[in-house]
Amino acid sequence: MSTIPASLKPGSHAADHGHDEHHHEGHQLFGFWVYLMTDCLLFASFFATYAVLFMNTAGGVSGKDIFELDFVAVETAALLLSSITFGFAMIAAHAQKKGATLAWLLVTFAFGAVFIGMEIYEFHHLIVHGNGPQTSAFLTAFFSLVGLHGCHVTAGLIWMAVMMIDVAKNGLRPRTVTRLGCLSLFWHFLDIVWICVFTVVYLMGAM
Amino acid sequence: MFIRNLSKFALMAAVLALAGCEGGVLDPKGQVGVEEKWLILVSTVLMLLVVLPVIGMTLYFAWKYREGRDHEIYAPKWAHSTKIETVVWIIPIIIVLILGVITWRTTHSLDPYKPLEGKGEHLTVEVVSLNWKWLFIYPEQGIATVNELVFPAHKPVRFKITSESTMNSFFIPQLGSQIYSMAGMETKLHLIADEPGVYDGFSANYSGAGFTGMQFKATATETPEDFDAWVAKVKQQGSSLTKASYAKLAEPTEYHPIEYFGTVEDQLFHSVVMKYMADHGAMDYYSKPANAVEGDASRPAKSAHHHAEAEE
Amino acid sequence: MSFLGKLSIDAVPYHEPIIMITLAVVGIVGLVVAALVTKYQKWGILWRDWITSIDHKRLGVMYIILALIMLVRGFADAIMMRTQLAAATNGAEGYLPPEHYDQIFTAHGVIMIIFMAMPFMIGLMNIVVPLQIGARDVAFPFLNNLSFWLTAGGAILINLSLGLGEFAKTGWVAYPPLSGLEYSPGVGVDYYIWALQISGLGTLLTGVNFLVTVLKMRAPGMKLMDMPIFTWTCTWANVLIAASFPILTAVLAMLTLDRYLDFHFFTNEAGGNAMMYINLFWAWGHPEVYILVLPAFGIFSEIVSTFTGKRLFGYKSMVYATASISILGFIVWLHHFFTMGSSANVNAFFGVMTMVIAVPTGVKLFNWLFTMYRGRLRISVPILWTLGFMVTFSIGGMTGVLLAIPGADFVLHNSLFLIAHFHNTIIGGAVFGYLAGFSFWFPKAMGFKLDERWGKASFWCWLVGFFVAFMPLYVLGFMGMTRRLNHTNNPEWNIWLYIAAAGAVIIMFGILFTVIQLFVSFKNREQLKDHSGDPWNGHTLEWSTASPPQYYNFAKIPHVHDIDAWTDMKEKGLAYKMEESYAPIHMPKNTPAGIFMSAGITAFCFAMIWHIWWLAIVGLVGAITVFLFRCYSDDVDYYVQPEEIVEIESAHLESAKKEGVTA
Repeated sequence: MSTIPASLKPGSHAADHGHDEHHHEGHQLFGFWVYLMTDCLLFASFFATYAVLFMNTAGGVSGKDIFELDFVAVETAALLLSSITFGFAMIAAHAQKKGATLAWLLVTFAFGAVFIGMEIYEFHHLIVHGNGPQTSAFLTAFFSLVGLHGCHVTAGLIWMAVMMIDVAKNGLRPRTVTRLGCLSLFWHFLDIVWICVFTVVYLMGAM
Repeated sequence: MFIRNLSKFALMAAVLALAGCEGGVLDPKGQVGVEEKWLILVSTVLMLLVVLPVIGMTLYFAWKYREGRDHEIYAPKWAHSTKIETVVWIIPIIIVLILGVITWRTTHSLDPYKPLEGKGEHLTVEVVSLNWKWLFIYPEQGIATVNELVFPAHKPVRFKITSESTMNSFFIPQLGSQIYSMAGMETKLHLIADEPGVYDGFSANYSGAGFTGMQFKATATETPEDFDAWVAKVKQQGSSLTKASYAKLAEPTEYHPIEYFGTVEDQLFHSVVMKYMADHGAMDYYSKPANAVEGDASRPAKSAHHHAEAEE
Repeated sequence: MSFLGKLSIDAVPYHEPIIMITLAVVGIVGLVVAALVTKYQKWGILWRDWITSIDHKRLGVMYIILALIMLVRGFADAIMMRTQLAAATNGAEGYLPPEHYDQIFTAHGVIMIIFMAMPFMIGLMNIVVPLQIGARDVAFPFLNNLSFWLTAGGAILINLSLGLGEFAKTGWVAYPPLSGLEYSPGVGVDYYIWALQISGLGTLLTGVNFLVTVLKMRAPGMKLMDMPIFTWTCTWANVLIAASFPILTAVLAMLTLDRYLDFHFFTNEAGGNAMMYINLFWAWGHPEVYILVLPAFGIFSEIVSTFTGKRLFGYKSMVYATASISILGFIVWLHHFFTMGSSANVNAFFGVMTMVIAVPTGVKLFNWLFTMYRGRLRISVPILWTLGFMVTFSIGGMTGVLLAIPGADFVLHNSLFLIAHFHNTIIGGAVFGYLAGFSFWFPKAMGFKLDERWGKASFWCWLVGFFVAFMPLYVLGFMGMTRRLNHTNNPEWNIWLYIAAAGAVIIMFGILFTVIQLFVSFKNREQLKDHSGDPWNGHTLEWSTASPPQYYNFAKIPHVHDIDAWTDMKEKGLAYKMEESYAPIHMPKNTPAGIFMSAGITAFCFAMIWHIWWLAIVGLVGAITVFLFRCYSDDVDYYVQPEEIVEIESAHLESAKKEGVTA
């Protein structure tokens, strides 16, 4: 863009913006919303499958036998807190406070990592005790639904790491803030999905 | 040219399908099939009430308002008429309303799970689809056959259907409805032959390499005595069907010859169903027949539909 | 595990003469094309202006080229099936053993739906929708390029299965447990899964992209209820894509887990439930057919109103009818398996809901009729397709309602009656629509009209061929012939099977004439040139641009006051006018990131099919790396300067004046 004369740079009134930057950011956020709705349906399909399969334990363990609510409660708390801290990161980003943004992102990342770490521990624990996803349709559906959410959180963490490098190197350019906005939508969305997972899988399963 | 082609083929299809074809679904030999044939004909006629005028109007308007006919009215901006729009919404609605009522009623009266009323005691046949052949177990007679189905005419038959492996569909077109056979599940079908005869039966759901050969003849004997004679013949000629010989039978074969079993291990069908159904927590009731509501609670598809609906 | 996973020289079916000859022909054609491109030194243009292009019009053209190639591939499968069934009567075995035949009918279904119809529809949508709403491109042009290459990647995978390994032998629905590892241990189902998965991803991204485009980038003044009807139908198709393709993604992922990691979603053992697959599959599959057919309805609407020289009758009715079809399309999926043993209440509900769809569809037909009423119908190729559609589709719709009655479906399910029905709606509805749209918008995309005579010849072959090929299948369905049989042994069926095969040959001539039409038209492109950009006296904004359109579409974004925005401009004397001055136009730059990413993802899928784990990692990491590079590239856009715009615009006006158009 450096070759463009100043009068033609975005924001100047001389240019006719078929792809106006300001609009474009709006497009990105809106487009990301639409994408999240499709992701929501992906989760819905796995939820529906879980609902159909959760009683099919093939003589093996059921939710009551394996869910440890205390453990999952801590996990849940970590993820919920990370949503709040991401909120602070966004406030800082909109205020163009680079240091604060980075700090809050780091805290968010840490909470997210705790969540994923605990989930991996839970999965590992189940598998070594002979309750892997191959055991029964219930465990298949459980591992897949929770694992799908876990994959999303992991992807979110990688994205967050990339964004932290971006912010550290390039500061809070409008493009970066837009992308942080998308990531924040993604993160809160995963939080909401987790609340559903926690309720439908763990709470209703352990009762 | 294209009108001529169309009408020619429609006519040919209609005439030949209705009159010429023996052995199809339009040549039913049992009450269920007869009702379904009439259902098809009545609904087709109802729909033709809309479809024929639409086709006619399409061709007529295209001809009448074609380029160069400047004496016809030309109204380029005319694009709305409440009167016409009301009519074009209401006509299909009326037809669909009538069809909807017919559908609702016939779906209930033709429910394959419903025993046939007023026809007396049902004969029970347990049907297992195997790769790639049909096993018919007669629990009341204590015999079993492969790829040959025999029952008396005028006596309703209750089929209890399952599969050893892949999904198939149990279908005798001239008698009426078909129903899927699925592993770990039991589906039900009630049919009757009102005329004695030999009817084609086959799998109507593709199930792999040997699918084409999954055919059998269904014989409705003239008298119950003929049926009893056949049973006696099977008893006399047949070997015994045990868990072991069943396992051997279950191995994939194509164009399996007709086979008779004079004795059948007790509860064999039940054990085939339970082999997988035991893993389904939702279907515990099946192992406790006392709790099961015949023909309703054991519907296999129920839970899946229920939840899939919730997903929307 | 070896370096190449399960892949070895044995995967090449060199003992199958049919396949090897096909491969040889494909190879020779490929070499000839490559040689021609080299001879005319077009590699640079191909790369710079097409492969890396993010221009929606060029992507649209590439989608349609892909669709036409896949049409030929899918049709080759079709004619093999028809000749096999015509040959294998009276107990004869024919020339295709089940091993081969079962792959062919699976491939035919997958290719025709996913790699012919979808790209054709998306191609037309790409070319037309941004122009119709007065936008310079789609909301995310790079994503659009990526979508295309993902679809192409899927198409490459499915065609690779011809020469490497096998394709699925499950039918295009791939129901478990048949498609599970136990009954389909080969790589066929894996090809199916991954080809569908990546092209599905491409389609999903397209859906999101076009929803944002239509909702955010309409020209000023264009309210939602001012959008051209084709744009409306595409928008509903995109809503359906966004709402249904995630379900396909999910169900394919579950099948993948079952096959690769021994999970138990759909297995017989350990409590799996195959019925869940069937429900989820059709929860995608049924909306999918409306995704295919709704845009075709839009095309017919545009064509009828253009070629009668009238406004579309009942525009609002059309929009609401489309909306209700879309929404109802989501609550009818169970009609694909009434015979599964659901209770009468459930079956009846889904049956009645299905019939209700006939109401808005019927309304559409009446609206087209009343658009013709008091019009001046120019009989040209696009309108022939439309009339052919209206007649054919009425029959297909009727048989569809018949199948929606559970009592009737109990004897017609899975029979050739069903096959005749859905070909009646998909060929007579969707394909006729795309071919109509193809001849209608071809001059817009390519700058010259298509030859009328060959176009008409092609149409008549398709129409007659369709009736000759598929009406016998209705009869055979009534006679009790079920689908996917490898051979038959019923003398009464023979005549109908012969007629059907003859019909397929007639359709073959239809396809052949389209190819000849393209060739002849290209040869005569100077005589057929579209100077004005508005060859049919069109109603909507795409006809206000040059043919082919300026790469920035609109020098100045038009202000819209009417549904028929271009007609309105022509009537008010605002058409074909130079502006006093032009502002620079901000445009995105072409990029190879899309094809590189897709190459990585396709490599990943190929590696997953053959269990070549190192290649899977390389492909995936490669794709992600390219994506990150693209995200952080600053060299993504440029400005078109006013001088260049003036030059292009005045050239267009000069050319339009030659045609006798006056401003």
